[in-house]
Amino acid sequence: MELFRIKNDIPFMSYGRLTTAISLITFVLAVVFLVTRGLNFGVDFTGGTIMEVNYPQAANLESVRKAVDSIGLKEATVQNFGSSHDVLIRLPVKAGVSVSQLSEQVKTALVTADPKAEVRRVESVGAQVGDELYENGGLALFFVSLGIVLYLWLRFEWRFAVAAIIANMHDVVIILGFFAFFQWEFNLTVLAAILAVLGYSVNESVVVFDRVRENFRKMRKASVVQVIDNAITRTMSRTIITHTMTQTMVGSMLLFGGEVLHNFALALTIGILFGIYSSVLVACPIAMWLGVNRANLIGDVEKKEDASKAGKKTDVAEPHPSDFA
Amino acid sequence: MNRYPLWKNVFVAIVILIGLIYTVPNFFGESPAVQITPAKSTTKLDSALLGQVESVFQQENIAYDGVYLDARGVKARFANTDTQIRAKDVLQARLGSDYTVALNLLSRSPDWLRSVGAKPMYLGLDLRGGVHFLLQVDMKAALSKAAERFVGDFRIALRKERISYVGVSREGETVQINFNDEAELIKAKAIIGKEYPNLTLTESSNGSERVLKASLNLVEQKRIQDFAIKQNIQTLHNRINELGVAEPIIQQQGADRVVVQLPGVQDTAKAKDILGRTATLEIRLVDEDKTDAATLEKAANGQAPLGDDVFKDRDGQPVLVKKSVALTGDYITDAGPGVDSQSGRNTVNVTLDARGARIFQQVTRENVGKRLAILLIEKGSTEVITAPTINEEIGGGRVQISGMANTQEATDISLLLRAGALAAPMDIIEERTVGPSMGQDNINRGIHSTLWGFAAIAVMMMVYYMAFGAVSVAALAINLLLLVAILSMLQATLTLPGLAAIALALGMAIDANVLINERVREELRNGNTPQASIHAGYDRAWDTILDSNVTTLIAGLALFMFGTGPIKGFAVVHVLGILTSMFSAVLVSRAMVNFMYGYRRKLSQLSIGQIFRA
Repeated sequence: MELFRIKNDIPFMSYGRLTTAISLITFVLAVVFLVTRGLNFGVDFTGGTIMEVNYPQAANLESVRKAVDSIGLKEATVQNFGSSHDVLIRLPVKAGVSVSQLSEQVKTALVTADPKAEVRRVESVGAQVGDELYENGGLALFFVSLGIVLYLWLRFEWRFAVAAIIANMHDVVIILGFFAFFQWEFNLTVLAAILAVLGYSVNESVVVFDRVRENFRKMRKASVVQVIDNAITRTMSRTIITHTMTQTMVGSMLLFGGEVLHNFALALTIGILFGIYSSVLVACPIAMWLGVNRANLIGDVEKKEDASKAGKKTDVAEPHPSDFA
Repeated sequence: MNRYPLWKNVFVAIVILIGLIYTVPNFFGESPAVQITPAKSTTKLDSALLGQVESVFQQENIAYDGVYLDARGVKARFANTDTQIRAKDVLQARLGSDYTVALNLLSRSPDWLRSVGAKPMYLGLDLRGGVHFLLQVDMKAALSKAAERFVGDFRIALRKERISYVGVSREGETVQINFNDEAELIKAKAIIGKEYPNLTLTESSNGSERVLKASLNLVEQKRIQDFAIKQNIQTLHNRINELGVAEPIIQQQGADRVVVQLPGVQDTAKAKDILGRTATLEIRLVDEDKTDAATLEKAANGQAPLGDDVFKDRDGQPVLVKKSVALTGDYITDAGPGVDSQSGRNTVNVTLDARGARIFQQVTRENVGKRLAILLIEKGSTEVITAPTINEEIGGGRVQISGMANTQEATDISLLLRAGALAAPMDIIEERTVGPSMGQDNINRGIHSTLWGFAAIAVMMMVYYMAFGAVSVAALAINLLLLVAILSMLQATLTLPGLAAIALALGMAIDANVLINERVREELRNGNTPQASIHAGYDRAWDTILDSNVTTLIAGLALFMFGTGPIKGFAVVHVLGILTSMFSAVLVSRAMVNFMYGYRRKLSQLSIGQIFRA
């Protein structure tokens, strides 16, 4: 089977205005949601307690609420999740009560109300720890970006590095925008997903950039726009197939992963979908506008490399530039 | 040309074989077991214990599947949990308090696998159930406590040198000594400066008195803090041993935190209670000079005269004791419940170390006829357990404390004293508990996600790329095999985010094969021969694969460095997954393609799906 039978290069770069407009609009929307609604931070970052309680029968939320209220926790939220047998209780940090005492109090209250209640999971994080995790999360994001920029700079060129990181930060902001808009809980595993997406969708830009560099060597007479269009078209099949495969795995996680992996898989899904688009259709125009061209990408080494390549790979027929026209 | 040299094929085969060996233990599952560890580090651990355990089983008719001796203790496997629990009870009764018997799970893998060190993956708490605590050590309290000890030390030193002083007291983390006379201060300063070089000494005046202030310098503070956290970890070890938890993890994290993980523990309330207890013993002199009615009246209302503290005894009567501590629980080497042979009352028998014994002897010698108060400090409240009169000098370091309400209390208090005191109080600042059924659910969720995702990818790859797709799927399977093998070898903790990382690693690793397959197709499309296309396809894809994996690796490493808990677990697997995928997607899949096509002289077509020719 072959899905992509593209005879001529698709003039992606001429859509530059359109793709940029789309990106800008989604980006601005994401920022607006982030500012107006904010992220719904989980206990990992804010401190507080989450308890997952299972009942053999359908849980009576009213009585659970009453039990929690009885120890003076009015701000607690009690809700079903997964099935009617499972209840999720969220408690904020309470001044003067240590996190471990709080969870023990709630546990006692729940078991008193219904002896069949089984507390299946407790996560309590003190406010101080929450702040640190927040800080470390920010640091991790910063160092991932820095590392990627440095590597792309060394391996390619600063224009590519800047273009790739802008495209990918745009993805991150959009993922965050989704989480803000839907008020999905943002916890440590979501952060891990976002950082993984960052590394993953940079792959995408790298694959295209690799092709662009290769094309600059081969297609000597082609313009920069032609070179980029050809690179995107030639790698499109791989882009779509790879992302479909990765998304299949992530979709499986979304289906079977349960509560803990749900938001993790959601963040990955958004990241992958926007990653396809942005790492190609955002990164390339930016690189172009920053002035990527044959000279600054291949530079003086061009002749030497070509000579060594020709010597080594006589067995491989070099495609003639006209093949790509 | 599409043939690997022999060594390369052998290398790939050996790696896969090793991968298989180390992956296999994960399939055998675990059987209930008990673990017998010496309660004290001094108890010898040798094959005698092994024999002892076996003979206990034979005498009691307990059927066991195997008994093993390792560096930590003796482990025995059983067919079911009923036998396991009976064995635990029997062993605990027969072996006594010298050994700790804990319930555990042991891999069912055969002995030859065990002998090459092949173990199943080490599951994190979210997969096996248990509690995770992060404890914060109160360093300020540790420093105050250290300063308190200097108060006593200074008094002894000054008395020994016959230097007259007005008083020694502690304020926060500084100790101040008041003198009437400048000359005495200078003498004292010389002595203290010589004996305690890590103290910063400053002089000042307070009215007519001259004051010498001693404060801990940074080096000493750091030393005390390091000591405090080490001591706390040691104490936690002792207490958790008494709890009987198999394979607990107690680790320092940062300068002032301790991570405690107790797999399989469900009674979190008890665990918290045991961890958080800070019972310590103090022996102080009762202030016999201030027994007039007015002072006692005031004391009853909680007002203690200068230099004294007031505490209640078991009958609720206030007792005035001197502020200076004669002896602390730090000197205790052993404690056990006992019964006084004359009165028949319950006692705790305490053994002191050499230094403690010497101090106790001196205190009792100098204070014959006076009363000595034995204080138990627990959770911030202090109680006078008993305050007997000293009849004679007590040497030898054996102290009998009477005044216990019953046998249970005597046992509890001796356990607390034996397990040692915390050098500084600790607070639980993070808690994660996962029930056992939840753990199993999480494992199933992770495995289902991975397997269904893998199956879907396999079908799609084979439909789209035909034989090359099958090779990619096989390479992906080997990637999974190697990843599981490495995780088993390293015994890295596998958590649910780690399982997610395995799934994600597979989803991402397929990229390399897609890149290769697309490249090979492209080469064919450009009119190259099949053999040349395979060669060029792999060759050209490699640069891209390397570049894209390095960026993913950067992200993984940053996650590892800044992540804690679940993120770290994710990062470890993520990074390992990238490394194994580079090996399997490129080397292994090439080896398979070479076997399929590399030896054919006349190859007119590759099974890589339809090729559209321009």
